[in-house]
Amino acid sequence: MKAFEYERPVGVTEAVALARRAGSRFLGGGTNLVDLMKLGVETPDLLVDLTGLDLAEVLEQPDGALRIGATVRNSDLSANDAVRARYPVLSQALVAGASGQLRNMATVGGNMLQRTRCPYFQDVTKACNKRVPGSGCPARAGEHRNLAILGASEACIATSPSDFAVALAALDAGVTALTTEGEVSLTVSDFFRLPGDEPQRDTNLPPGALVTALTVPRLDWATRSAYRKVRDRASYAFALVSVAAAVDLDGDRVRDVRLALGGVAHAPWRATRAEEALRGGPATEEAFSAALRGELEAAEPLPHNGFKVDLAHNVAVRTLTELTGVPA
Amino acid sequence: MARMSLDLTVNGERRKVDVDTRTTVLDLLREQLGLTGSKKGCDHGQCGACTVLVAGRRVLGCLVLAVTLEGAEVTTVEGLADGDDLHPVQRAFLDADAFQCGYCTPGQLCSAVGMLREVGEGWPSVVTPPGATVSVSSLGPDEVRERMSGNLCRCGAYVNIVPAVLAARR
Ligand SMILES: Cc1cc2nc3c(=O)[nH]c(=O)nc-3n(C[C@H](O)[C@H](O)[C@H](O)COP(=O)(O)OP(=O)(O)OC[C@H]3O[C@@H](n4cnc5c(N)ncnc54)[C@H](O)[C@@H]3O)c2cc1C
Ligand code: FES
Ligand code: FES
Repeated sequence: MKAFEYERPVGVTEAVALARRAGSRFLGGGTNLVDLMKLGVETPDLLVDLTGLDLAEVLEQPDGALRIGATVRNSDLSANDAVRARYPVLSQALVAGASGQLRNMATVGGNMLQRTRCPYFQDVTKACNKRVPGSGCPARAGEHRNLAILGASEACIATSPSDFAVALAALDAGVTALTTEGEVSLTVSDFFRLPGDEPQRDTNLPPGALVTALTVPRLDWATRSAYRKVRDRASYAFALVSVAAAVDLDGDRVRDVRLALGGVAHAPWRATRAEEALRGGPATEEAFSAALRGELEAAEPLPHNGFKVDLAHNVAVRTLTELTGVPA
Repeated sequence: MARMSLDLTVNGERRKVDVDTRTTVLDLLREQLGLTGSKKGCDHGQCGACTVLVAGRRVLGCLVLAVTLEGAEVTTVEGLADGDDLHPVQRAFLDADAFQCGYCTPGQLCSAVGMLREVGEGWPSVVTPPGATVSVSSLGPDEVRERMSGNLCRCGAYVNIVPAVLAARR
């Protein structure tokens, strides 16, 4: 590992000022960054440790929103009473990720900014447009069983690894960040981006920006929400496909619905087309299935990941039927 | 090469050390403090062999940089027993024969201690039914398997590890 300096600022102003130094990186729990440094993918000159900042609180706002500080640990947030009661999907997405030890270390800000688990990105002996722009993407013709089926580009078929971010996308959450120029606010949908011809950029965050908080708007019917994840083993593995869903029922009809898919794209995939198809319609398995088929028409699977299309359909339909109590 | 000096408590003892900023707490324990109980399996957060407790919370020593632990209280497998009195989790592992080669065991022990504390605080897991509350006394094998999933055992001693953890709850 390359040598680096270490700073532990106590104020956010100092933290963003330090981040202006060339080769600096923010350090949250380190569960992704330290790993990537060992692999030689990240070679920072300076680590700016965020865990001394006053950003570790979960606060209920006057308008009913929940403001989650960026250094709140994944495990603390998953066990938070307000999160469990008001947004079950969020708590479930957190406990579906990684392991008990990793969740104790991981911060929510770091979780949002963790890098893809694409094997070519993690291996410095291979080409990768995300790691070295213009070097090529061997994944298309190579190992891509767990890579994207939606929204990919010629340049990159990586997937976003975070479970938490999928739930946040369904909940229309916001991201607040700070740079030396001032505060920036983005919705989670605007925060993550599709790879296009700039796969080196995971997000639309300005360079050097410090994520300070995530805000989950009030959504009373999110009490009827769930996260379901399918992986190669029962636990301690990234998603093949995951689904975050919330449903507002009006008798046997869908008054409103939120649906996001994980493991299928470079960003959490908000299934807006399926949501539109479902809104105002019957809460039946047929309707759920048709809506998902419509959403997944856009899928462009590769030879080894075609199974994800049916899997995403099935997992989403199952999640919706369970949430709405429709007999399967 | 950047070095920093660091004050921390390891198994109840104050330690002052000088570390390269690249040093993980696992390497600090093993290479500088002579505490070789914590094991290096993968060095990438994928096996749990390096699990230690920081302020009572289980973490992975291989991904924690030592410099982040200024003033922290670290407990390793060497610090679980009270003198010659084994920790109940250690006793239970012996009684249930919850290991074969023993390489994963220090991590399993520290993880189980941290995990039982999490359950005591009512933390849910992914197998906890929505809205349900968990308690140490009501913990079942499925919960133990899920909550201990961050500790791999190449020998496959899980069939005895799960009963050992359940037995250690007293
Ligand atoms: C074996 C293993 C299995 C895993 N399984 C899963 C899984 O199933 N699901 C899942 O979702 N995750 C999984 N993870 C990933 C884990 O959840 C992430 O590594 C973790 O959430 C990252 O948080 P952190 O605080 O440790 O980030 P760090 O490693 O500290 O940082 C990650 C990145 O974010 C940047 N950063 C951190 N905080 C901020 C901030 N506030 N503002 C701006 N930039 C910031 C850092 O500079 C760095 O680039 C797994 C990890 C491992 C090692
Ligand atoms: S050595 Fe730390 S998790 Fe494997
Ligand atoms: S006892 Fe050998 S690895 Fe677990």
